[in-house]
Amino acid sequence: MEAGRSPNIEILSNTDFLELSGKPGNFTAKLRRRPRYIDADKCTACGMCTQYCPRHLVDSYNEGLAVTRPIHIDYPQAVPASYFIDPEQCLHLKHGTCKICVPVCRAKAIDFSQQPEDISLKVGAVIMSPGFGRVPDEALSKYGYGKHPDVLTSLEFERLLCASGPFEGELLRLSDCKHPKKIAFIQCVGSRDLTCGNGYCSSVCCMYAIKEAMVAKEHEPELEITIYYMDMRTQGKGFDAARTRAEAKGIKFVRARVADVMPWNEQLKLTYSTLEGGHLFEPFDMVVLSVGLDAPADARKLAEIGGFELNNYDFCQTGGFTPLLTSRPGVVVAGAFQGPKDIPESVTQSSGAAGIAAALIKQDRGKGVVIKSYPAEQPPAEDEEIRIGVFVCHCGVNIASVVDVPEVDRYVEGMEGVVYHAQSLYSCSQDAQEVIKQKIKEHNLNRVVIAACSPRTHEPLFQETLKDAGLNRCLIEMVNIRDQCSWVHANEPEAATQKAEDLVRMGVAKSRHSKPLPEQTVPVTPRALVLGGGIAGMTAALNLADQGFETVLVEREKELGGHLRNLHATLSGEPFAKMLKQTAEQVKKHKLIKLLTESELVQVNGFVGNFNSVIKTTKGKKESESTIEHGVIVIATGGREYRPEKVLEQPVKYSAAILTQTDLEQRLAGSGKNRAPASVVMIQCAGSRGDDLAYCSKVCCNQAVKNALQIKAINPESQVVVLYRDLRTYGYAEDAYREAREKGVLFVPYGMTAKPAISAADKAPKVTYYDPLLREEVTLAPDLLVLSTGMVPEGTEELSRLLKVPVNEDKFFLEAHVKLRPVELPVSGVYLCGLAHSPKPVDEIIVQAQAAAAKAAIPLVKGKVTVEPTVSSVDPSLCIGCGICESLCPYQAIRITKDKDNKRKAETITASCKGCGICASHCPVFAISMGGFTDEQISAQIKAFGEATNKE
Amino acid sequence: MLDTKKVGSVMIVGGGVTGMQAALDLADSGYYVYLVEKSGAIGGAMAQLDKTFPTNDCSL
Repeated sequence: MEAGRSPNIEILSNTDFLELSGKPGNFTAKLRRRPRYIDADKCTACGMCTQYCPRHLVDSYNEGLAVTRPIHIDYPQAVPASYFIDPEQCLHLKHGTCKICVPVCRAKAIDFSQQPEDISLKVGAVIMSPGFGRVPDEALSKYGYGKHPDVLTSLEFERLLCASGPFEGELLRLSDCKHPKKIAFIQCVGSRDLTCGNGYCSSVCCMYAIKEAMVAKEHEPELEITIYYMDMRTQGKGFDAARTRAEAKGIKFVRARVADVMPWNEQLKLTYSTLEGGHLFEPFDMVVLSVGLDAPADARKLAEIGGFELNNYDFCQTGGFTPLLTSRPGVVVAGAFQGPKDIPESVTQSSGAAGIAAALIKQDRGKGVVIKSYPAEQPPAEDEEIRIGVFVCHCGVNIASVVDVPEVDRYVEGMEGVVYHAQSLYSCSQDAQEVIKQKIKEHNLNRVVIAACSPRTHEPLFQETLKDAGLNRCLIEMVNIRDQCSWVHANEPEAATQKAEDLVRMGVAKSRHSKPLPEQTVPVTPRALVLGGGIAGMTAALNLADQGFETVLVEREKELGGHLRNLHATLSGEPFAKMLKQTAEQVKKHKLIKLLTESELVQVNGFVGNFNSVIKTTKGKKESESTIEHGVIVIATGGREYRPEKVLEQPVKYSAAILTQTDLEQRLAGSGKNRAPASVVMIQCAGSRGDDLAYCSKVCCNQAVKNALQIKAINPESQVVVLYRDLRTYGYAEDAYREAREKGVLFVPYGMTAKPAISAADKAPKVTYYDPLLREEVTLAPDLLVLSTGMVPEGTEELSRLLKVPVNEDKFFLEAHVKLRPVELPVSGVYLCGLAHSPKPVDEIIVQAQAAAAKAAIPLVKGKVTVEPTVSSVDPSLCIGCGICESLCPYQAIRITKDKDNKRKAETITASCKGCGICASHCPVFAISMGGFTDEQISAQIKAFGEATNKE
Repeated sequence: MLDTKKVGSVMIVGGGVTGMQAALDLADSGYYVYLVEKSGAIGGAMAQLDKTFPTNDCSL
């Protein structure tokens, strides 16, 4: 929700995209903004209008499970935080009557005179991120959707579970408002289903089904939940572990296809067939359909307006090696519109697309941005008098309906240091900011306490107001009398008022000790270091250089290309060799890229903006070292195919007859006469998802299908059997899986209780497995036994020690936030992409590398790192140099150095400090102080809590 | 007609989590962004989600 605050992001909501002309660097877009009928600047989102609006409207935000009014806001945190009127349902707009809302609105924000507004924009580049659409109801009706109220879509179920949902988070059946005891999830509804035209796998449903099942279990631990699936496609990083947790919680997974769902007494009867051919049925109280992601309903219109191509499923068409480029130059795509995908993948694409757009119009960088200026801060005088102003907020009825706001305001009178106090109807509204600024001037305030809502959402706004008034932004103190008083004690108004008074007293006590803190900035060396010259490293280096930054690319081998050099082509047949050659040429030719091959990083010093690294180059017997100053690091050190000596607990010896999928890929790409022999057996998860590698390697299923198709293309008579656990051909790869089955490739699942047995006389391998269709053991003696062994990262442990960045239990680097910061590491200035992050196919690697480059470019663009003022600082006279702080800091932001007397002293690296306070709370001698949360402030706050309240 | 001619700007069509993240990254990299959203508020489908997989964090 940060997007709402940036001065450089203009949100045009309620706006349709109509036309796009021009070329890259110089597009003209025509838009039309539909009226909200509410002045967004005046609306304070108090909610009074919705209370009075007489007309009901089905609430689409709650998936039609609740009702709202034509004048409404979807959810309280919406940005813009302004209500709007649905013109199709409003009595006034439709029939010229009503207008009740107009006098009700105290902010006078309602404006029925608003007209549609045409907008013309000149832009350098366009990013298409319209998301996904809905699977048509017809595809759901075969499971009883629309006929029985207890058959729900997954999104409807999500709303039921949500505290802001129709039953406030209580899980109830829509038919009788009773708690369900047994719930079934049906997977692959509207995906992997040609009858509704969606042949692809939506890649998200397995994950959200597990999530929803887990959340439902949290609501009601007694619930029995069964998930009916074809393949559990939890191939992402850490996803299998979540599935295992779900099983441990008692959620049942049944591999079966559901034929139909019929009413049965008070329940629903689910008929399903299993692999063994059994037809079974089971009653449930509620059935949830795991509905896939469809192309946006207006995809064709958007493609026509935007002038780019769609694929056969109406998602945006892109190339295997240019996954974010549409067919129209200058128009970039990101998110689910590029193909169904989850949040981390979408957010990664966002950054990648931003980087591409940035490189495209780099000559115009900085020309359009708005830089806000503030009046100079008044430096505090020595022994200046503390003058606190307190503003107590009503938040419309949000606080005032429970807490006695006038009483709290009266209570403040006479507190030490308080020279002004007032109530405010909405302290966050635009006019309230003007009032606060005016009162600061009028009463010469030098501290401000706002008793309102959460600093999480509103502190930046008030900090801004203080800056506008010439005060340091750290002189604001927020007291949360909404969440912590009126919300949680809604039924005890007196106690809530009392608590509000206590909190305000404590806030004022803390505020008396507030100090202005300097805004700190650290200069950045505008150069990037990219580690690894595979496709990830080359892509990242090219994007950084295209954005105009010097980049040093370090590769251990003599040649660029990395692991991809061992592979032949993508699933759709695009050859790697040509692309790698072209990319390597571009890297070598680029003026801003300095390439160091046969080189390794041996030492790193410094921190974000100011790294200093030593690179060792070994050419034959000649060794040399070079030192590089740089501002950021991109890790792209890659991985390789795993070659275990034991597969499924049985020893294997690789030979001409027993080989890995990559060996097979090379063999098939060659010209050997018998390269695709008469019989081939492939074993999936022969390394991954076991005791050996705990994770799914994500690429092996695609590679197996790709090789199987290749064998069939060379020798259609060849018998190919693929033994698998879950076939994870997610996304469009599902088409290839279907094609392989149609061409006669046999896919046979195995379970962990009946693993295939390999008798490994290396020249003539034999495989014995249980065939669930035949219901007996089968032994084959194939010409080739192919093992899908999985992927492992390379050299991550050494690098982790050098850079002091964490790796996970599988030795992949651990990103800062799995969902929202997928290419950043916890240490500032270090970014991550490619196989060093997790196994993934080449198109995802390219996107991730583009994203890492875009993120790494941000500090380089700014030329400085701005640090939040709330960082730790060490008093060297107290520090005993014990080093506890250094060992505990998760961000490598505090270190032990020697002072001039050669004594060990801790020192905060301000640029890396995130202000978490771990160091300060563990310092045995109280030598570390947190800006904004000093011991003095916190003690004063606690002391004020203990003070008996004497209201007389 | 509102006619804007800012040099160094990018238009993003769609204000869900993808569009918002792209907007933030571009604004951070020195460009002015128009974030075009057909509905009344940005946030897209993610705003409808209760929790997110696999950590079950709140999505708002």
